[in-house]
Amino acid sequence: MKLTIPWLKRHLNTKTSIDQIVSTLTNIGLEVEEVHKPNVNLKLFKIAKILKTEKHPNADRLKVCDVDIGDKVEKVVCGAPNARSGLLTVYAPPGAEIPKNGMKLVVAQIRGIESRGMLCSESELGISNASDGIIELKEKKIGEKFFKKSDEVIDISITPNRSDCLGIKGIARDLSAYGLGKLIEEKKIKLKEQSKKKVKVEIKKNSGCNTFGSLCIEGIKNCESPKWLKKDLESLGLKPISAVVDVTNYIMFDLNRPMHAYDSDKIDGNIIVRQSKNGESFEALDEKKYNVPEEACLITDNKKILGLGGIIGGQSSAIDYDTKNIVLEAAAFDPVKIAKTSKQLGIITDAKFRFERGVDPNSIENGLKLAAKLIQEICGGKISKITITGNTKSKNIKIKFDINNFEKLIGFSVNSKDCQKILEKLGFKVKVKKQFLDIDVPSWRPDVNQEADIIEEILRIKGLDKVSSIAPYSNENKPALNYHQKLFHLVQRSFASRGFFETISWSFTNSKLNQYYSDQSIKITNPISADLDVLRSSNFVNLILQAKSNLDRSNLNLQMFEVGPVFKNNLTQETIASGILVGKKVSSTWIDNDQDFNVIDAKEDLYFILSDLGLSLENLVIEKSDKSYYHPGQSGDVYLGNKKGPKVASFGTIHPLILKKMDIQKSNIVGLEIYLDNFVEPKKPSRVSKKQLKKYDFQIVERDFAFIVDKNVKAGDLVSVIKKTNEIIKSVNVFDLYEGENIDEGKKSVAIKVLFEPTDKTLNDKEIDELSDKIILAAESLGGSLRSQ
Amino acid sequence: MLDLKNLSQEINSKTQQITDRQSLESLKTFYLGKKGLITEAFKNMGAIDADKRKNFAAKLNIIKTNLLNEINSYETKIELKEIDEKLSSEKIDITLPTKEIKKGKIHPVSQVIDELTCIFAEIGFSVAEGPDIENEFNNFTALNTPEHHPARDMHDTFYLDENKKNLLRTHTSPVQIRTMLNNKPPIKIIAPGRTYRCDSDMTHTPMFHQLEGLHIDEDVNMGNLKGCLDFFLKKFFEDKNLEMRFRPSHFPFTEPSVEVDISYKLENNKIVVGKGDKWLEVLGCGMVHPNVLKNVKIDPKKFQGYAFGVGIDRLAMLKYGITDLRSFFEGDLRWSNHYGFDANDVPTNYRGLSK
Repeated sequence: MKLTIPWLKRHLNTKTSIDQIVSTLTNIGLEVEEVHKPNVNLKLFKIAKILKTEKHPNADRLKVCDVDIGDKVEKVVCGAPNARSGLLTVYAPPGAEIPKNGMKLVVAQIRGIESRGMLCSESELGISNASDGIIELKEKKIGEKFFKKSDEVIDISITPNRSDCLGIKGIARDLSAYGLGKLIEEKKIKLKEQSKKKVKVEIKKNSGCNTFGSLCIEGIKNCESPKWLKKDLESLGLKPISAVVDVTNYIMFDLNRPMHAYDSDKIDGNIIVRQSKNGESFEALDEKKYNVPEEACLITDNKKILGLGGIIGGQSSAIDYDTKNIVLEAAAFDPVKIAKTSKQLGIITDAKFRFERGVDPNSIENGLKLAAKLIQEICGGKISKITITGNTKSKNIKIKFDINNFEKLIGFSVNSKDCQKILEKLGFKVKVKKQFLDIDVPSWRPDVNQEADIIEEILRIKGLDKVSSIAPYSNENKPALNYHQKLFHLVQRSFASRGFFETISWSFTNSKLNQYYSDQSIKITNPISADLDVLRSSNFVNLILQAKSNLDRSNLNLQMFEVGPVFKNNLTQETIASGILVGKKVSSTWIDNDQDFNVIDAKEDLYFILSDLGLSLENLVIEKSDKSYYHPGQSGDVYLGNKKGPKVASFGTIHPLILKKMDIQKSNIVGLEIYLDNFVEPKKPSRVSKKQLKKYDFQIVERDFAFIVDKNVKAGDLVSVIKKTNEIIKSVNVFDLYEGENIDEGKKSVAIKVLFEPTDKTLNDKEIDELSDKIILAAESLGGSLRSQ
Repeated sequence: MLDLKNLSQEINSKTQQITDRQSLESLKTFYLGKKGLITEAFKNMGAIDADKRKNFAAKLNIIKTNLLNEINSYETKIELKEIDEKLSSEKIDITLPTKEIKKGKIHPVSQVIDELTCIFAEIGFSVAEGPDIENEFNNFTALNTPEHHPARDMHDTFYLDENKKNLLRTHTSPVQIRTMLNNKPPIKIIAPGRTYRCDSDMTHTPMFHQLEGLHIDEDVNMGNLKGCLDFFLKKFFEDKNLEMRFRPSHFPFTEPSVEVDISYKLENNKIVVGKGDKWLEVLGCGMVHPNVLKNVKIDPKKFQGYAFGVGIDRLAMLKYGITDLRSFFEGDLRWSNHYGFDANDVPTNYRGLSK
């Protein structure tokens, strides 16, 4: 909502400075977004007359003009085809900035002829798009400033509840309540009834129009608006059209009372307000044809659609300079219907914006009178009686307000006299009964309907700075984070401690990529772009996309992770922590050779992090992964306890087909995922449920074995059968793996180191041999044999 | 009988010839070995007359002790010499590089969420959560924003079905609804999380982060709200002189509604939060609207309280001087490395918000 001080002063008797007005507006809830200062540059543009034109000696299309600018005559080179002697136009001197492009003029040599300044087109002046010649003026005084003096414009962001402040009077009322001057009440307008003309209006059921006020003016002469009116509208950024239309717009911005004017000679019979039917269409004033959706509010006559009620008028009954007789409309429309229809059609108008938020239903009569009066003053004509069809009286809301509730909610006390004063200045009617106020809400405040709203009114005028801070306290009835929230936090820190960079990517992604992670995806009905059209089914989709953009920037070795939601088809979601390792684990140094990340590196990070999250690594069981986006031979799912236990993680090499589809050619990507939601909170945190430490001081014995086993025997199984052979085995570690020369095809050699930790006595050779024999037997149970030395 | 005087002199001259471990060892063996001169002399002491024996033994013991001391001191010297030799021969070029130091980073949004959690935990808030996929009731209707309310238009909602029943939450406020539906007052929660709006330009991303706060009890008033936000903003921006301004505004789910500005100044065209001559809007808040309480079956006559919502990404940008919002979600590791935080840089209330 825009506002100028002179316009404001028509409603507010005040001497307050603009700076104070601006800061007060913000303090009472009408936030000033910007104050536009008048443009000093525009003063430089003058009305001038071309006295003489000569062809430029060195250019066919250019003319050298002698231009009378009032106090002197300047030579200007001009290329406009319409530059001719006797033409009144606009001259910009050296130093002026052209509004259209900000170009600053200088005295220039144009093809060898000095040009002092420039003659301007409408487009260059920023007043229209016409650029095929310089502006042509009539009956203007040479030497006068072309642009009228402009005022400072205050731009206010009006919150959706304050529709009354979409009229300048409403803003003036708020300022007066604060004490920045006195609100000027308009004088009652008495119209002389000079015309007997009457348009019959009929409002049909469910039309979306509650009240339709109208009057006729006969025999007008529509014309350009007077200066003051044009200036007012232009200062708010509106384009003047003709006096009749400009007056209706003026009243909309002055009083938040949208109106519409029809050329009554273009109306066939009665005005019928009704709900639209399937398949109707009409051409609106914006020269576009609209297919009206069902149940919209239409203003029609006996034959055609005249307009979309409260949104936009139609071409068929439009006002033009030849209009002689008019019907003025001021109505009350259903805000929900207006919102619905305008949204369906994508029409945004100043009227729609206001009706959607609320227009005072009691302003119909006053609006019609004021409009009729102004139109008659400008265009003449005879005014008829006002007809109001539909609801004529709307009931005001009454609120009983206990002033003690103000202190209870806000923290400081107010007295009833103060409250009464503030509310009355805002237009409320108030009766005080002890601590109670009986309040009548004015019809222009649809946002106020209960005590809390009254409290807000008093508070914003009193000032929010009156609220004093109460120091916060802690009554910790709950720990700040629960188990799963702690896991979320821990897993982030743990990933980062392993060298991973945390990223946050969109929760949505490209359906073409998401299909590799899920057969079905949740579609977004109105995606921001075609490549972000579904919710992601895995964190990997966007992580790998982000990895790709890093790879494309030659950042080739990456460790990245994201903890976030993954969405399922039943519209539920799961929090998963996912990491990827891309490229090389080691880039050749003086210590090591090049080494690509492989699936075991992912497993190492995974196990470190799972341990950080409080899981005991000995309890983890690995099975073949059921995820199709992993390489089937290089992936696993990790369960807690046994295969039937909760699945806590997966890891593996990302399927090469996905990388191929994404055009990632050179890099290998391995990934890990931790299913945080599947973690079960232990009854007690592990740190307080630890068992007593047991340590034994007998000699620890170490023995190495090498077994030849079938290639598909899993090292994990071998370790597990060996471990089970005796309780005193402290650890079993695979330290070498060998295939190839000296080993039969289809076989591999697995070297294992076993540590025995006796608990009651030192082991002797015989006992060690017995333990070793059992280990060999265990290996044989998996088809293994001891490798001969 | 051994001439002890001679022996003593002999030992003196021999010890002076010790140069290395080998000559030391042979000297040791010569006198003190199993068949060494002094060892033998002790063994053969029985042959000496009883009256002289005592004197002889005493003197021999002194010689032996002296010799042992001498040997010990030579041993130490030789060891030091050997270490010196080792030190001068064993050199490593310590300017050679280590293996690559791999340091991960925490995203600024996560860091700021941890900071906020730390700050609010100190004054008794706990963390609540809700899903990203919300229904139309929790996201709008229950929050006193009925269908066709102009405030809905401002939200540019992403919908997941044609009926507009399921959507991506446009703010974290539905967590208020979920929390109040499932708990009885007193309620004191914060809810950080992802939020979505169908909007994308230089300063808007279709996904961003908000933190919601809610405190409901019998007597929580606007003074408590002001005190809470004052505590939070000063702690977060780590500036006791930070000033805060309350401005009336409008949100459908609070009444009265307030927007909060903080003070800042411009230094070389950069926003520096703290004492200054300018105001910057950072959050919206207010007293929970009675209609919202009714919608979650809490009696507004008995309970009241405040709610607030703040953009986490924006807080991160302001505090850490990050200028481009879009860069938050691009996953460019150069950015992560520059603006990210170390794994062990965990905000705590005893050590402070940063290490």
